[in-house]
Amino acid sequence: MSTFMPMLYSAWDSDIAYSFRKSRVAVISTLLLLAMFLAAIFAPHLAPQNPFDIAELSLFDSELPPAWAEGGNPAYLLGTDTQARDVLSSIMYGMRISLVVGFASVILAAVLGVTLGLLGGFLGGIVDAVLMRIADVLLSFPPILVALLINGVLRGALPQSAQADSALIVLILSIGLTNWVQYARTVRGSTMVERRKEYIEAARTLGTGSVAIMVRHILPNVLGPVLVIATINLGMAVLTEATLSFLGVGMPPTQPSLGTLIQIGNEFLFSGIWWVVVFPAVALAVLVLAVNLLGDWLRDALNPKLR
Amino acid sequence: MFAFLLRRIVQAALVMLVVASIAFLMFRFLGDPISNLLPEDATVEERADLREKIGLNDPFVVQYGRFITNAAQGDFGQSYRNNRPVSDLLAERFPATAELVLVAASLALALGIPLGIYTALNPRGWISQGLQVVSLLGISVPTFVTGILLILLFSVTLGWLPSFGRGEVVDLGGWTTGFLTLSGLKALILPSIMLALFQMTLIMRLVRAEMLEVLRADYIKFARARGMPNRMLHFKYALKNTLIPVMTIFGLQLGGLIAFAIITETVFQWPGMGFLFIQAVNFSDVPVMAAYLVLVSFLFVVINTIVDLLYHVVDPRLRVEKSTARGV
Repeated sequence: MSTFMPMLYSAWDSDIAYSFRKSRVAVISTLLLLAMFLAAIFAPHLAPQNPFDIAELSLFDSELPPAWAEGGNPAYLLGTDTQARDVLSSIMYGMRISLVVGFASVILAAVLGVTLGLLGGFLGGIVDAVLMRIADVLLSFPPILVALLINGVLRGALPQSAQADSALIVLILSIGLTNWVQYARTVRGSTMVERRKEYIEAARTLGTGSVAIMVRHILPNVLGPVLVIATINLGMAVLTEATLSFLGVGMPPTQPSLGTLIQIGNEFLFSGIWWVVVFPAVALAVLVLAVNLLGDWLRDALNPKLR
Repeated sequence: MFAFLLRRIVQAALVMLVVASIAFLMFRFLGDPISNLLPEDATVEERADLREKIGLNDPFVVQYGRFITNAAQGDFGQSYRNNRPVSDLLAERFPATAELVLVAASLALALGIPLGIYTALNPRGWISQGLQVVSLLGISVPTFVTGILLILLFSVTLGWLPSFGRGEVVDLGGWTTGFLTLSGLKALILPSIMLALFQMTLIMRLVRAEMLEVLRADYIKFARARGMPNRMLHFKYALKNTLIPVMTIFGLQLGGLIAFAIITETVFQWPGMGFLFIQAVNFSDVPVMAAYLVLVSFLFVVINTIVDLLYHVVDPRLRVEKSTARGV
């Protein structure tokens, strides 16, 4: 406890924290994100209804408009869909899946990219050349196309019966394997700079092995930009997930993410129940916007040139 | 110039070879072509016959060579799902996508460039500030959501424009066009706006940034000191140099438009190649996926090569630099 308070104080007093408190945009987006993360994590406890429990659904309550509109029921704040599922609860559960896919694919991309970047930058030669050519080819295609192709290949490799159960894994893999290039390029660049420095030479003289040098000495020094890329990437990953689900090759309707909810709602666009599609769409847009704004702020705050 | 042209073409051919190899690997190792092409109750002999007929018993290298030769002639075999030649399917769908992308690209340029110039020349105006906010929103709101909102407003609520399909099309000897009928033109409006919106914000931001940069250059200051009128300064001297990088980025983005058309075509049930591709991904129809990959890469490579060449034609500085310092 005695060391905790000073630590907290120095964190509060740091440059980053100062620039954070000064930036209204960063504070607001963080609060929004926190609220959405909490709503998603604790959805089973907070949501008014479990949309997947058939016992809780009553078809009398289907297609109800939002609570404030005429004919709305205060129990269903954002209305209900054709199956009487509460739209607000569906969004909370859907955000859970969107965020799981987003975080998992960002972690996959970061781990893969950082590892390959370290290897390429440290080893150089043929390993580096091959990796960077692959990266060039991947970068010359729009990410959504790459993700779609990986998705199609993975689904093709799986038996038909396993596709619904493995949708989550397939999505994480297709988005993660698309986005590693940026991490790899950045880490490779800074690794090439670091490995020529004296402390690396000193470590080598002491007999430290290559792997230990990479992991213990170079890695901590090249991780800074990775955090910024990861934040911006989270927004992209959530968007890509939503797009794939919307296109019908992502999460199945039995486990809907935000994208799936929008896809389902889109089918009822002409029957006048606009709330089924508009609210999930707004939730998705606000989520991505908040992540992007926070990422922009973080990039500027960590950039010493802009101070 | 000739050496440069040759080098670019060799480079483009190499990229195409890599893409074709990926397509071949997909084709060969993903799923079993035999069980996909034959009905489920086919006998062992029928399977063996087909295996022999389409050459799956040949050595790997022979198969690879045949795949590349056929692909170069536009032959990608049969679609698993439709039981028709893939090339026919793609040829049927190509005009729809091409027209959509063409209209969207023109729209993005026709709106993006003037708006970019305006925001660069009047950075403090409220229209400029508003446009900056809109462009930030445009990057965060997913394109399919924009499409849905457009349909909700203009098709469902106002009932002005159709929400799906191409309308009536006219067949011009294999090329179906929606340009010649009223319903065809009306059907183009919403999809092309949806597709153009993101590119437009991108071009606007780019033109703005470049223009602000160029306006700080010495030659502009000099021209201003000589008392050149602002109109001439902005549009005759500054704009020309602004548009060079815009051209490159736009060339690259044209490929992006083709890819993003997948989403637009799904939202508006537009009968183009992207719609076909999504169905192929959904059903793991490998020949269609492989063919789409090769065709789109080919378009990318052609566009990029043309942009690179144009770059040299437009910017005389590059020609001098390239002839002195090679291989950058």
